[in-house]
Amino acid sequence: MSDKNITCECGHINPYGTEICEVCGKPLQGDSESNKLLNMRYEGSARRSQTYKTTIIDKIWNFFSSVKVGIWIIVLLLVASAVGTIFPQEMYIPPLSDPTVYYEEQYGILGQLYFDLGFHNLYGSWWYMLLIAALGLSLIVASLDRFVPLYRALKKQRVVRHESFMKRQKYFGITELVNNKAELSTVKEVLQKKRYNVKEEDGHLFAEKNRFSRWGPYVNHIGLILFLIGGMLRFFPGMYVDEVLWLREGETEKIKGTEEAYYLQSDGFILETYDNNDAKFKDAIEASGQEAVAKNYQTDAVLYKQVGERIAGTDPELEKIKEHPIQVNKPLKFDGYAIYQVDYKLNELQSMTFTMDNKETDKPVGELTVNLYNPEKEYELNDGYRVEVMDYFPDFEFNDKGEPTTKSKVPNNPAFILNMISPEHPDGEVAFVAIKQNLEPLGENDYKMSFQNVDTKNVSGLVVRKDNTLWILAIGGAIFMIGVIQGMYWNHRRIWVLRKDNEIWLACHTNKNWYGLKRELESVTDQTGLHMPLDQSEQK
Amino acid sequence: MAQLSSNLLYIAFFIYFAASIVFAISLFGKKWRKSDEATHSKKWGMWGFILSTVGFLFQLSYFITRWIAAGHAPVSNLFEFTTFFGMAMVFAFLIIYLIYKSNVIGLFAMPVAIIVIAYASVFPSEIQPLIPALQSNWLKIHVTTAALGEGILSISFAAGLVYLVRTVNQEKASKSTFWLEVVMYTLISTVAFVILSLGFEAAGYSSTYQFVDQNEQQVTVEYTLPALTGPTDGTYVSGNEFGPLVEAPAWMKGEKAAHKLNTLIWSIVGGLALYGLIRLILRKRIGAAIQPALKNVNEELVDEIQYRAVAIGFPVFTLGALIFAMIWAQAAWTRFWGWDPKEVWALVTFLFYAAYLHLRLSRGWQGEKSAWLAVVGFVIIMLNLVVVNLVISGLHSYA
Repeated sequence: MSDKNITCECGHINPYGTEICEVCGKPLQGDSESNKLLNMRYEGSARRSQTYKTTIIDKIWNFFSSVKVGIWIIVLLLVASAVGTIFPQEMYIPPLSDPTVYYEEQYGILGQLYFDLGFHNLYGSWWYMLLIAALGLSLIVASLDRFVPLYRALKKQRVVRHESFMKRQKYFGITELVNNKAELSTVKEVLQKKRYNVKEEDGHLFAEKNRFSRWGPYVNHIGLILFLIGGMLRFFPGMYVDEVLWLREGETEKIKGTEEAYYLQSDGFILETYDNNDAKFKDAIEASGQEAVAKNYQTDAVLYKQVGERIAGTDPELEKIKEHPIQVNKPLKFDGYAIYQVDYKLNELQSMTFTMDNKETDKPVGELTVNLYNPEKEYELNDGYRVEVMDYFPDFEFNDKGEPTTKSKVPNNPAFILNMISPEHPDGEVAFVAIKQNLEPLGENDYKMSFQNVDTKNVSGLVVRKDNTLWILAIGGAIFMIGVIQGMYWNHRRIWVLRKDNEIWLACHTNKNWYGLKRELESVTDQTGLHMPLDQSEQK
Repeated sequence: MAQLSSNLLYIAFFIYFAASIVFAISLFGKKWRKSDEATHSKKWGMWGFILSTVGFLFQLSYFITRWIAAGHAPVSNLFEFTTFFGMAMVFAFLIIYLIYKSNVIGLFAMPVAIIVIAYASVFPSEIQPLIPALQSNWLKIHVTTAALGEGILSISFAAGLVYLVRTVNQEKASKSTFWLEVVMYTLISTVAFVILSLGFEAAGYSSTYQFVDQNEQQVTVEYTLPALTGPTDGTYVSGNEFGPLVEAPAWMKGEKAAHKLNTLIWSIVGGLALYGLIRLILRKRIGAAIQPALKNVNEELVDEIQYRAVAIGFPVFTLGALIFAMIWAQAAWTRFWGWDPKEVWALVTFLFYAAYLHLRLSRGWQGEKSAWLAVVGFVIIMLNLVVVNLVISGLHSYA
């Protein structure tokens, strides 16, 4: 396209599509005699989107480079996000409830509609993802489309600007000189005091400050793009681990998700509550109607690392790494992993102790303790007495057919079918034993099982996390903040002072905060005796 | 200490009130001025600023003494957060005043801050113990920064409102005059709601009803405003024997839906009554009544302030409500982002002001359009404060 380049009368060769000469500012398009204000947006530089409009690629580029399209994407995301909060998302409904009926049950017709439209999983839906992808694309294309030509134009700009460029600025004014020279140096001094970077050429001045603020938007867009990339990285294997770990007091478990095989031991779970009579909080606790307010959830954990390869069938050799009380807000961190305190169960059943009694004498013939997580097949008692575990239901209930079954593997309501073997009954007598239940399904027995006691433990609900995307998100966030502050807390301002015979021409430009520039200009003209330029956009 | 603290808040509240009146005098009181207009407005504006500063210092003392009394930063429940938000607004106003010396912003910003603080008084103000999730240094960092950002953004609302009252043509009814009155009405109905709540509370009003909820659970609900709408098949248990007049529609099944509907109806009706009364006295639109006092206001300056507040507030808000929030969420809830309603609404606020900035800086939406956007932005902030905490339940429902 080089043949289409535009050569300005100042001799500079501008890329095709340039509206205002990059060097001298002469308007290259439209009527050169026009008095209409120049469109100074992006310095009238040749933006790809404004120049090439024919091929499909051009059209896609132009679509995503449009700020209007970008704003629409933002607004659509905004509305969609808000809609997703009307009713709880699927991940926040009670764990065991069925979403197909939950929404209708809880929220009526609207809830049903919400579910049918898929809004219960809105943030994971394909169209929400597509919107975010569109936002990312828009960020990249719109930034590139503007940044490159703008950078060129600002880098190449010269001190002296074309007359018609000056005249067609929003603020432009002419001051007749009475005596000369002295005034320009005052102007220069005043501008320098206002921290302008002033350049002089042939008695003309060009003052500029805070150009870096122009890069703010592009910097913050880079931050956002990095952030979005970070969000995507999560879906790559190995970047992200999220596991639930239930750990009983006193036990050591392999930590799920850690390939190098770490082990965690719980030395106890602690639940502390605030003293209901605490003078400071008494009123609030009473008013809340709660019986107690939690103060601390804590798992006293010991972290171990496996040494060497584990030989099948043997216990691993463990090396203690550290002890750490895991509390809410204070996860245990190691090797890129973090273990969080998220849940607990108090007094979970661990084992039950029974005696086998002779009904006639009411005397026990032996005692057995059943580990509810791992019952043995058979318990040997003394003198030829034995108890066989024929069946075990950790979370017992009767199913639809009236048969005993178990709801889960957690011993919330343990029940056993036991075979009691005694010298009198070498084939055994069958008993069904559950909490507060003792049935004899196959007829009257001579022996019975008597419940003695239970052993309970507290269980910690922990979450194991690894998120290798955090660093890129942090960098993205930091760059975004830098860019936003750079762009918002400073303003790029330029003032051109041109000496023409007996006159001083003054024009200025900023891309935002015109009011601030106007006030600065008032101060400059006050101190130098120049006329305050007029706002030409207000004159008809 | 707790008593001292709440007294300091009362004092701050009344000083803010006085400051608003002084700002009003600086604009309205030109008829009986002794000095010329500029001196008059400068003098009274100065006093308005001084009073606002003194009020702010009192509220700051409230904040510090309450911190000492509680042993943690008093930003942990709705009462504390909302009062802090009001304080952040005053602080933001003071800064903006130092830059622009605009009395008219004071006339609008201070009453809005007063309404916000008054609204806070409706929530239980006892010092609460911190649940484990809140025990973190990020509590003070995240919440104060987020509130400060919202406070600065609210100044943009105040300035936008000034702009609209100043420029909207009041000679004939239009969409603009209608929506401007809606904004006025909303502010007034908040006042009405506060008056009703505190009034009935002072009178010791309470009635309790029992009903079976959608989970087949027997639930009791306490009304502190007379029950207009009751739960489906609810029965009276104890307290004042009034109502409910009607049952809430059956499709409203959410948690405590009937009770929330009742509160909403009271706010709307109370607001209508108060608004009607004001209209009856003024005999014209509220906007039209205030407009003459603003005729000397420089609309370009007000537009600038409105934009500057967003320019300053947006980065602060992003830092506090998104970035600090994510850092804390990663420590407390195991993940930096979880689509909790409060998180989502912080994102919505962020997206909204991002759109605002693009519209203004790239599409040239200045003046009236931009002012309306500032109003909508404030509505979003208030939605996030009120609706998300009280209507939508989520992890942030601490009150």
